[in-house]
Amino acid sequence: MEILTILIPVSLFLGGVGLVAFVWTMKSRQYDDPQGDASRILTKEWDDHPKPPEVPKDSS
Amino acid sequence: MSDATHVPMQACPACAAAPSAERLAALAPLRDARLVLSLPQAHCAACMATVEGALQAVPGVRSARVNLTQRRVSVDAAAEVTAADLIPVLARVGYEAHEMDPGLLSATETDRQGRELLMRLGVAGFAMMNIMLLSVAVWSGAEDATRDMFHWISAAIAIPTVIFAGQPFFKSAWASLRVWRLGMDVPISLALILATSISLFETWNSGHHAYFDAAVMLSFFLLAGRYLDHRTRAIARSAAQELAALEVPRATVLADGVEVVRAISEVLVGDLVRVRPGGRMPVDGVVTDGASEVDRSLLTGESLPVFAGVGTAVAAGEVNLTGPLVLRVTAAGRDSSLHRMADLVGIAESAKTRYTSLAERAASWYSPLVHLLSFSAFGYWMWATGGDLRFAINISAAVLIITCPCALGLAVPAVVTAASGQLFRMGLLIKHGTALERLAEVDTVVFDKTGTLTLGAPSPTNLADHPAEVLQVAVALAAASSHPLAVALKGAAVPAAVTDLREVPGYGVEGLWNGRRVRLGRAVWCGAAEVGVTATYLTLPDGSTHAFTFADTLRPGAEAAVAGLLAQGLAIRLISGDATGPVAELAARLGIIDWTAGALPAEKAAAVAGLMAAGHRVLMVGDGLNDTAALAGAHVSISPASALDAARVASDIVLLGQTMQALPDAVRISRKATRRMVENFGISAAYNVIAVPLALLGFATPLAAALAMSLSSITVSLNALRVR
Repeated sequence: MEILTILIPVSLFLGGVGLVAFVWTMKSRQYDDPQGDASRILTKEWDDHPKPPEVPKDSS
Repeated sequence: MSDATHVPMQACPACAAAPSAERLAALAPLRDARLVLSLPQAHCAACMATVEGALQAVPGVRSARVNLTQRRVSVDAAAEVTAADLIPVLARVGYEAHEMDPGLLSATETDRQGRELLMRLGVAGFAMMNIMLLSVAVWSGAEDATRDMFHWISAAIAIPTVIFAGQPFFKSAWASLRVWRLGMDVPISLALILATSISLFETWNSGHHAYFDAAVMLSFFLLAGRYLDHRTRAIARSAAQELAALEVPRATVLADGVEVVRAISEVLVGDLVRVRPGGRMPVDGVVTDGASEVDRSLLTGESLPVFAGVGTAVAAGEVNLTGPLVLRVTAAGRDSSLHRMADLVGIAESAKTRYTSLAERAASWYSPLVHLLSFSAFGYWMWATGGDLRFAINISAAVLIITCPCALGLAVPAVVTAASGQLFRMGLLIKHGTALERLAEVDTVVFDKTGTLTLGAPSPTNLADHPAEVLQVAVALAAASSHPLAVALKGAAVPAAVTDLREVPGYGVEGLWNGRRVRLGRAVWCGAAEVGVTATYLTLPDGSTHAFTFADTLRPGAEAAVAGLLAQGLAIRLISGDATGPVAELAARLGIIDWTAGALPAEKAAAVAGLMAAGHRVLMVGDGLNDTAALAGAHVSISPASALDAARVASDIVLLGQTMQALPDAVRISRKATRRMVENFGISAAYNVIAVPLALLGFATPLAAALAMSLSSITVSLNALRVR
């Protein structure tokens, strides 16, 4: 049962990673437009080179 | 929450009297403009690329991003760019756009609430998964120190989670307790708090049973139901915000002969306001200069434009068609007729919120029962065990957890979401949470005519009666005007060579044909005799006159919708503000026996109220401002997307496409959805009937609680999906 001393921290850590990732997606507003984002990956607009980064604004 | 949203100006008491206009004015001197436009027609990936491309090509625009879910585009631009510059750009690439007030408080508020709920849901979900893993070990027989350790780890995850994720329940439970009521959230909060504290106590004393997993699972499932519910309401709210877009926040005021664009809130009674052709009247007023025709169809239901000359009174919301007008303001802002109509809606709306939904009815007998069961279990076991407090509390916590309305909290939102999704694909947007339930109860349907059963766009009916040459002259003249009747004539024939075309606002078009004067327009102006139906008249050089008659185009699917509704056994009435002739003709065409013409807005509302008072459940279908009071007063209401925003706000369901074919299906699906809700209540009741006696007798283990809870939640969700 010594394996538990490794497995439990590992599982808690992985759960924590998932939670942090979820919080990050929330903060970066990835749930604001699910329908639009689903369609957006289908456009060929930025296939050749990535979209130039916009200057993020806090007021937006 | 949702009840207040339909009348935004009343929904936010903290706002100033005319928040949108004032805020826009205040924002003007800032360096950057941030504009939000509503795009009702955007629906695909190509739309996004077109719209964003077109906007980014405009000088001064820094970035544009379409939100397809909300059908909006937000634009970051230099200060000199205004929405008025962008709307024609979008019109050119084929998209209708309306300006929205980006500062509307409720928009960000809804957004924030949605994200907050999603965050709590996510946290509860992750905590649930981790605690489940640990619980599986306990269920499969971990003992002594191992079990205690697992319980402690679970406690470390569960306690912060319950405190964070349970807040919406605690808050609303506290709110309802303060007014001495037992809402659904009281037993939920009690179960969460009791289960967590008794588990902590058991863990401290190395007990066998800890309900951490059940407590977290409970909050997860209930938050899922809350979130679904919130999404349905958020859609309703975003539709309500479009009322602000209609209100033309600015007017062109003539001050000492100079045109100044001002916010509506700064326009005073007695000011002179200029309205260009194609523009909507920003205020109520009297025409002091110019002649034109105004389209009142959205306000009164009249299908024909009305002449407006010096001395004519016009109302806010009417559309100026042919010539520029100068108005002397008689009422602006909150006193204008548009606002008075919106207030009327607000009054009728408050009556509608009195509808008690199925869920509320279920909760009203459910929560006292839960408390009663739990406390009697506590009392009985206190007596039976001779005062074993710990055992008795354990039992009553188990009872609370098992009876807790996981399934009940999911039963309605899941069905509403599934049915709304199904109807959305058919082109119907459900705005109000209880609209489906109310639609299912309908037994009478009241239709408006102009813009609802008909498209409000005339089509010529007697083209074949005219000689080809006459037709060609008429088409050539029509090309010079944007009057609806002229637009309908365009393309009917190859235009003849007519020169010197000149539009006389309010009267018609004249020009030279073979060097001699020809006129197309009003009967009086053309020297023709009126024919009694919607028509325009042509005078030829030889003095002969020709009448072109028009009929309103039927909305696609209108015949099918009426037939389908009749087949379902619903009574159908047609109440229109239009003249008797066109109404009678349309009623005969659609097979509607019961019709009324020339009804004033108040009469429409009274007719609907009369039917309601007689015990009928009325579905009102209408689009105009004259219908708004009736729409708000009906049991449930539907308006087409082309309707005035105020009418859309007042109605519960919006028809997104042009066709009306989906109407009978909507009624059918709503009935099915209501049946599913009742079934779902039955299913959760059945689970309780089995599980509650077990809990009362003290046989319920955390495993049994977890099983009962997840099984019943999954069953109701699956049953909800059967709506389609």
